[in-house]
Amino acid sequence: MSVEDVHTLSGAYALDALPAPEREEFERHLERCEACAREVRELSETAARLAGAVALAPPTALRDRVMGRIGTVRQDPPPGAFGGLRRRTRRMLPGLALAAALAAAALGGTTVWQWQSARDAQREVQQAQEHAALLAQVLAAPDAVVSSGALPGGGTGTVVVSAGTNRAAFMTSGMPAPPDGMVYQLWFDDHGAMRPAGLLDPAAPDEAVLMDGALDGADGMGITLEPAGGSPQPTSDPLAVMEFPSA
Amino acid sequence: MEPVPTDLPAPGPPAPELGALLALVAQGDQDAFGAVYDRVAGPVLGLVRSVLRDPAQSEEVAQEVLVEVWRRAAAYSPDRGTPMAWIMTLAHRRAVDRVRSAQAASDREHRAALLDHTPAYDEVTERVEARLEREQVRRCMGGLTERQRQSVTLAYYRGLTYREVAEVLALPLGTVKTRLRDGLIRLRDCLGVTA
Repeated sequence: MSVEDVHTLSGAYALDALPAPEREEFERHLERCEACAREVRELSETAARLAGAVALAPPTALRDRVMGRIGTVRQDPPPGAFGGLRRRTRRMLPGLALAAALAAAALGGTTVWQWQSARDAQREVQQAQEHAALLAQVLAAPDAVVSSGALPGGGTGTVVVSAGTNRAAFMTSGMPAPPDGMVYQLWFDDHGAMRPAGLLDPAAPDEAVLMDGALDGADGMGITLEPAGGSPQPTSDPLAVMEFPSA
Repeated sequence: MEPVPTDLPAPGPPAPELGALLALVAQGDQDAFGAVYDRVAGPVLGLVRSVLRDPAQSEEVAQEVLVEVWRRAAAYSPDRGTPMAWIMTLAHRRAVDRVRSAQAASDREHRAALLDHTPAYDEVTERVEARLEREQVRRCMGGLTERQRQSVTLAYYRGLTYREVAEVLALPLGTVKTRLRDGLIRLRDCLGVTA
């Protein structure tokens, strides 16, 4: 696409009339073109005025529902402050018990905190496939540390980091299904640069996955919603971000 | 949907700026969010409804957008534009994402029919300031060429991509890109938008 062509996309962009791949390409262009960014701001303001012209009187029930909902929805932290997912638990756990409990999450869809199933889970671990065994290895690492928090859309995310194995695992519990055609993608945060770390199964509300790739000094992780198949770089703001607990 | 009264706004202290309200919302102030809701819910619902058409689905998406405003209030900063534009961008983006993912084929088989629809001016709120805004937008839309107006309307009010606009209007892609940009620039100047 020629430079001139790219510039003429400002109108289509401000009107959300670009298909996703072109939208992303144009956003990359905007980072380098201050004049374009200014034009887009003006044209986006203009588009917003068009919205004002079709305002409807919202039903009172909508207000009640929204006001009720915000009482239960956690707010995102300001951008830039990586590590915003409020930590509920952070502790060192004995390796074996941790492995068993987390394997229960992996295999049975239970939560990590259901300690009573630990013994059963130990047996299941032995029968698990190679992936689960590798996962269990991370979970069972003597230096594994775990951190857990609520996800904004519902459900719980738990990350387990083991510096010794240089790997991390991520678990979800009660995660809502992503919108059609979308998928949850995990990322390592290399001091601000996001590195793809695998996708979650869209059909599984409870899941435990070994994050793709080595830790290699990553200091946190994030989750975004991406088009099916995943993206090389995040295309949306993270749903949640979490610093890695330090050992 | 009941029209709201046409009375002039009650006299009283001036309403706080939307930006100031959003800053309070970012700190978890639910009352401030209620005030934001009252300012933006009408345009949000109207815009979403314009794109999605289906009333129930529109309310659902409008609800998602408004909750998103609560959730992401801390992400707003003035260098992203006015608070209203930021919120309308969230609303429009979410509406088009919904319509484009939902739309297997059936809706779009009737693309030609899109041309017959003007925005849902029939059910609009009758709040005075909204009526003035609507009149101004309508007047400025009237200052566009036919092709510009159709292109902008199909893209913004119907959520079509520029490729779909080109198909509906049987125009080359490059022409549609240009019409969208020229049309918006003309609207910007007519509406006196600065950024």
